[in-house]
Amino acid sequence: MQAPLHYYLVLAAILFAIGAFGVLLRRNVIVILMSIELMLNAVNVTFVALARKALSMDGQVIVFFVMTVAAAEVAIGLAIVLANFSQRRTVNADEIGTLRW
Amino acid sequence: MDLIISFGTALVALLICLQVTVLLLWIERKGSALIQDRVGANRANLFGGLLPFNLGIVNTLMADPLKLLTKEDIVPASADRFLHWLAPWLAVFPLFLTFAVVPFGDVLVIGGREINLQAVDLSGGILFVLAMVSLGVYGVIVGGWASNSRYAFLGGVRGSAQMISYEIAMGLALVSVVLTYGTLDLQQIARAQGDLMWGVVPAWGIFYQPIAFVLLFIAGIAESKRVPFDLPEAESELVAGFQTEYSGSKMSMFMMSDFIEVAIVAVLTTTLFFGGWQVPFLYRDGFHFPGGIAVAVPSLVVTLLQITSFMVKVFVFCWVQILIRWSLPRLRYDQLMALGWKKLLPVGLANVAATAVLGLLLEGWTGT
Amino acid sequence: MILFWVVAVLSVASALTVVLHRNPVYCALALVMALFQVALMFVALDAHLIALLQVIVYAGAIVVLFLFVIMLLSLEPDVPHPGRYTTRMASIALTVVLGVEIGAAVLVAQPGALAPPPVDFGSTRMIGQKLFSEYLLPFELTSVLLLVAIVGAVVLARRRA
Repeated sequence: MQAPLHYYLVLAAILFAIGAFGVLLRRNVIVILMSIELMLNAVNVTFVALARKALSMDGQVIVFFVMTVAAAEVAIGLAIVLANFSQRRTVNADEIGTLRW
Repeated sequence: MDLIISFGTALVALLICLQVTVLLLWIERKGSALIQDRVGANRANLFGGLLPFNLGIVNTLMADPLKLLTKEDIVPASADRFLHWLAPWLAVFPLFLTFAVVPFGDVLVIGGREINLQAVDLSGGILFVLAMVSLGVYGVIVGGWASNSRYAFLGGVRGSAQMISYEIAMGLALVSVVLTYGTLDLQQIARAQGDLMWGVVPAWGIFYQPIAFVLLFIAGIAESKRVPFDLPEAESELVAGFQTEYSGSKMSMFMMSDFIEVAIVAVLTTTLFFGGWQVPFLYRDGFHFPGGIAVAVPSLVVTLLQITSFMVKVFVFCWVQILIRWSLPRLRYDQLMALGWKKLLPVGLANVAATAVLGLLLEGWTGT
Repeated sequence: MILFWVVAVLSVASALTVVLHRNPVYCALALVMALFQVALMFVALDAHLIALLQVIVYAGAIVVLFLFVIMLLSLEPDVPHPGRYTTRMASIALTVVLGVEIGAAVLVAQPGALAPPPVDFGSTRMIGQKLFSEYLLPFELTSVLLLVAIVGAVVLARRRA
């Protein structure tokens, strides 16, 4: 038996909230990036669930693009973290306060 | 009833995976001995001389696994215990899953019921294989990290970097194959290779995509970190790379993952390029030779012949990989990465482009 | 239905591990678990190609990238929430409000059960048709975006010796 639609939407909402919690709570920049990925995935689940309800492929195509953009964003984000680390030797978001010394 | 059938095919796929792995261990030891002009393992025997001659089977099939499983499981004191335990499972589990989409025969007709000889008929079969191979990286990277030792870490990072680099070349080879056959389903690709070109030559993938075959084979060997690409686990370089701090049953799981990957590369190559289970000129009702000669064969015999041809082809390609292992020297790490990024990647891209253009010109694709 | 509950529990559990665990390596592995559960949800929602792409792209590449960076920087397990007490409480409160709001909006609308889909729904063929006809421009722009990302990442991560 297939679960009804709002089960998936509520689950996606919970995952999104947990991701937002991670972004607000954690100080480690890499874990913040991981929480952002969690939020993006929750949004993907919402898109796919609604596409399934409307029986339209548009939702899935948008998820395709979201995945690609998320991959690009993670690559750049991690490169920024690496470049930052080589200067300041820290990944604590509290200590990365200013753009220059 | 359907449940029993799916369970049965899944069980058969799993058994094929395990049998091929175990036999590969024996073939590797005896085969390497043959190549190196020595005898190989032949000491262990049952009951003090049960067999008059010793093929070494008892050694590899019983003595070796027994030894590995009864060894003490040593975990380094400063290692992460949970990750150290988890890594072998991460290495092995996705590779077992790959055998779920492998077609080992056409159909088995029992009691008027056609059973597709494939555990799961996924419409995105090739992508599933690629996904499982991508998941195989975790075993290496977590294993190297969890051991908390220099050699292991270096081996783990190098190994995983090599694996993700060659995934791209493998993916591009698979893309050209998909372009040729128009489907991602492995069983459909195997069936499509039953046609005859010019009425005589079987339309195997090797004739349509020779470059993709070479690409996939090389990338597959690099993916499974076998010689000549085995720097991450080379004995003379890194002790045992990411497997250094593993002993006993965990090490046997890593070794098993090595052989399962050999089997996967062989299975992929046969299914995509050499007709899978196809026997030339054999159809569901019997042989149809090009001269017009037709020999009727009962369907169970047909199925048996097809499964046999599949297994023979898989073992041929496993043997080729073993041959390559014991003939070629090891590539240095920068040579390895240069091969993957600077040589295989452009060749793969050019192959995809050429396939697309040729397909459009020769068959007038309209894109439906 | 059982599948849904198993996936739901596992995904929430792994998501909580991602945001709460001290060791970043465990967070990354929990993220893999969460992404795998999302892929299972996609399969249940008849989005087969997207599910496979999720495993290949997210679980197979992006989290490997995370693990590489964590290991290369040799990050030690740190205290997960060193901030002030008010910050922690405020984040928990905001999260709960966010979750309840979205959940309530969904439940009020009561979308209900799902109709059976057409045979080809979520297959590669249908996504390909959409991608190369209606969404061609975004598709090409995405490839340019990826090129920009590659060049940018290489430039940023190169050490100025």
